[in-house]
Amino acid sequence: MLQIVRANPITDPHSAPPALEWMARGGKGRVDVSEGSATQGEWVEQMLRLARQGDEAAFAELFDHFAPRVKAFLMKSGATASLAEECAQDVMATVWNKAALFDPSRASVATWIFTIARNRRIDALRKARRPEPEDLPWGPEPEPDQIDSMVLQQETERLGEALALLPDNQRELIEKAYFGDLSHGEIARITGLPLGTIKSRIRLALEKLRQAMT
Amino acid sequence: MIRHHLNDALLMAYSAGQLPEAFNLAVAAHVSLCDECRARLESFDAVGGVLLDDCSGVSLSENSFAATMARIKAGDPQPRSPRQAVPRGVFPAPLRDYVGGDLDAVRWRSVGGGVRQAILATDRDATARLLYIPGGVAVPDHGHRGTELTLVLQGAFRDEVDRFGRGDIEIATEELDHTPVAEEGDPCVCLAVTDAPLRFNSFVPRILQPFLRI
Repeated sequence: MLQIVRANPITDPHSAPPALEWMARGGKGRVDVSEGSATQGEWVEQMLRLARQGDEAAFAELFDHFAPRVKAFLMKSGATASLAEECAQDVMATVWNKAALFDPSRASVATWIFTIARNRRIDALRKARRPEPEDLPWGPEPEPDQIDSMVLQQETERLGEALALLPDNQRELIEKAYFGDLSHGEIARITGLPLGTIKSRIRLALEKLRQAMT
Repeated sequence: MIRHHLNDALLMAYSAGQLPEAFNLAVAAHVSLCDECRARLESFDAVGGVLLDDCSGVSLSENSFAATMARIKAGDPQPRSPRQAVPRGVFPAPLRDYVGGDLDAVRWRSVGGGVRQAILATDRDATARLLYIPGGVAVPDHGHRGTELTLVLQGAFRDEVDRFGRGDIEIATEELDHTPVAEEGDPCVCLAVTDAPLRFNSFVPRILQPFLRI
């Protein structure tokens, strides 16, 4: 069993915790703030600051949290420390460059960075192309609906909690699959992932986007 | 209305980055046409996000942040809204990238009986090809040693399992011997990917097999 270490809180004495700002500006709804860890909603705040203002301090916070994890992810997938370091820098540069494409009503920041890191891994370790689904013909809305984003971020946290409750052997299989140690044949053995509510949220977000465009 | 979807094992393997390139292409092409599978895929990506977030980081080299910032500043500034309207056509974007255009850009080769095919360049772990089957014509009866995915892009076919129209994907395993027949009317165009060579059940197509390269 791989050891799970929770993230440290964002500690910035000069500003209110972003989750509180988020709640204040969102008006309705409620954020569950899990004690002792930065919530997905806080990372969304940093991402939006980066996307809107190219805020380097927000990027630095994201970097401190995610870059070491991306490096670990790549090393678990078989990259040497120096290749993983190189790729982690690349991944974080992509986070900066593509910040405007991040859509908090469809993904958490961790999810979005995971997809970038995974693609970089395929490119670096397998030297294969990675065909991606066609983008929806529109980007995220300039002002994403805050309630939608908040609910999606909460669902992601619940998914995390549900995954943590899986029996060890099941959880271990899932980690192996995502870190690159299972073939797709073996992946078929993994069943019953708790994806129900997050799937419906994403489905809803996609529908709303399509409706907004027609 | 899409009635035949990807299964969880394929979506998870795609999300985890464990599929051969040809299978990635079929998954990306189907997801481009199917919001249901897009939502399921993005929820598997969320699992990857949770695992990334939970993983204990590996320390970066000392100047890592500065090096990343230098990378960003050296790169081309990215356009603010990089999404382009996707041209409408028969092929979704990931497939257009492999063909170098839409249906009219395919370089077909005749394989007899009015059936045409075009092999797409992917890595060698699996094969991707486009098939063009005139209305009413059957693809030779065949079984598979591995998994075969068939995504309909135009027209429709029927086999022992069901009817498959645009956007539908058939997942055929080793157990299935089937004879897809294109419906009368428009020619049926499909993307077919296999992770092992097909074995045909009658003598004549078996001679053709090296020539078909399927």
